[in-house]
Amino acid sequence: MATRLLHGDVTAGDRLPDLGHDVTATTVVLGALASRDWRPMHHDRDFAVHRNGTRDIFLNTPNQAAWFERYVTDWTGPTGRLGRMTFRMNTPVFPGDRMAFSATVTGTAVDDAGCGWVDLDVSLRVGEVVATTCVARVSLPRDADDNPWSRRGDDWRP
Amino acid sequence: MTAPIPDALTPVPEEVEARIGVVQYEEEGGFPVEHGYVWTTCASVQNGNPLFWDEDMATDLTGGPIAPPTMLSVWFRPHHWSPGRSEPAVPLQAHFDLKENLDLPEAIISSNTNTFHEPVRIGDRVRSRQILRSVSEPKTTRLGHGRFWTIDVEYLNQDDALLGVESYTAFGYRRPEEAGPTDPEEDD
Repeated sequence: MATRLLHGDVTAGDRLPDLGHDVTATTVVLGALASRDWRPMHHDRDFAVHRNGTRDIFLNTPNQAAWFERYVTDWTGPTGRLGRMTFRMNTPVFPGDRMAFSATVTGTAVDDAGCGWVDLDVSLRVGEVVATTCVARVSLPRDADDNPWSRRGDDWRP
Repeated sequence: MTAPIPDALTPVPEEVEARIGVVQYEEEGGFPVEHGYVWTTCASVQNGNPLFWDEDMATDLTGGPIAPPTMLSVWFRPHHWSPGRSEPAVPLQAHFDLKENLDLPEAIISSNTNTFHEPVRIGDRVRSRQILRSVSEPKTTRLGHGRFWTIDVEYLNQDDALLGVESYTAFGYRRPEEAGPTDPEEDD
């Protein structure tokens, strides 16, 4: 049975469970091709090293977004509905890196349409370096009968 | 010949100013939203959200199978090759237009905000349109001298429902001296 976090279960300052993942060349190439990103710096090491000046191929931005989504919805369960995500990429993520995702709840709110929102600061670190940050806004059910996915039009204000 | 570096008093060219707020490059995706890419994407990040794997749950919660919201731009990335095309197609053409019009050969995406509206459903025919929102005065950063700009990409389905908006803020610039290695996130 999947987790179904409720809005009332969450308080500002809460921390999400950490997630770690060891990046391989397959992680990078699979992620790039899954997001239809054919650019060579995401699959051709020679190109990445000699043309981009990086030490290897590196994770592309759309696939990083998919990692952040997975991290947030692992926590919320399937009734969590993403409203908004803002990314800042600081440094690339390479094969051999261990990604460490962590997040803190920065606030909770209920909008005029009655939709429950949770704001998160999410980080992807490699060692001590923050590679990417993401500010995310996700909607959670306010009670067992609420379903953010059923909101349409003016009832959904991400 | 290299164009002169714009100083703080250099106005945004009229042809660029005229494009602010105007819908450009409205186009349909090359194929309907398909489940295979959804599963491949979920597999690539080990996303076990049952919304994308359990059709009964997807029907119960969202009215049917949907794609992960962060896949919004996937449906618009052009095929690597298609019949009759000799050059690779470029996503976010409005961005590359600005680089050329402002004579700023380098660019990075400095931030990216995605806002998700109606769920993207399997079989949807998605179309996108690009809107230049702003162009800054000339600025100098550690990368070089240039301008920031913001472009929104709006995504709509076959019923004209808004699926989401990707808002890109980029910095187009000239390097202060001859280039070293290219920035790893250039135009990403």
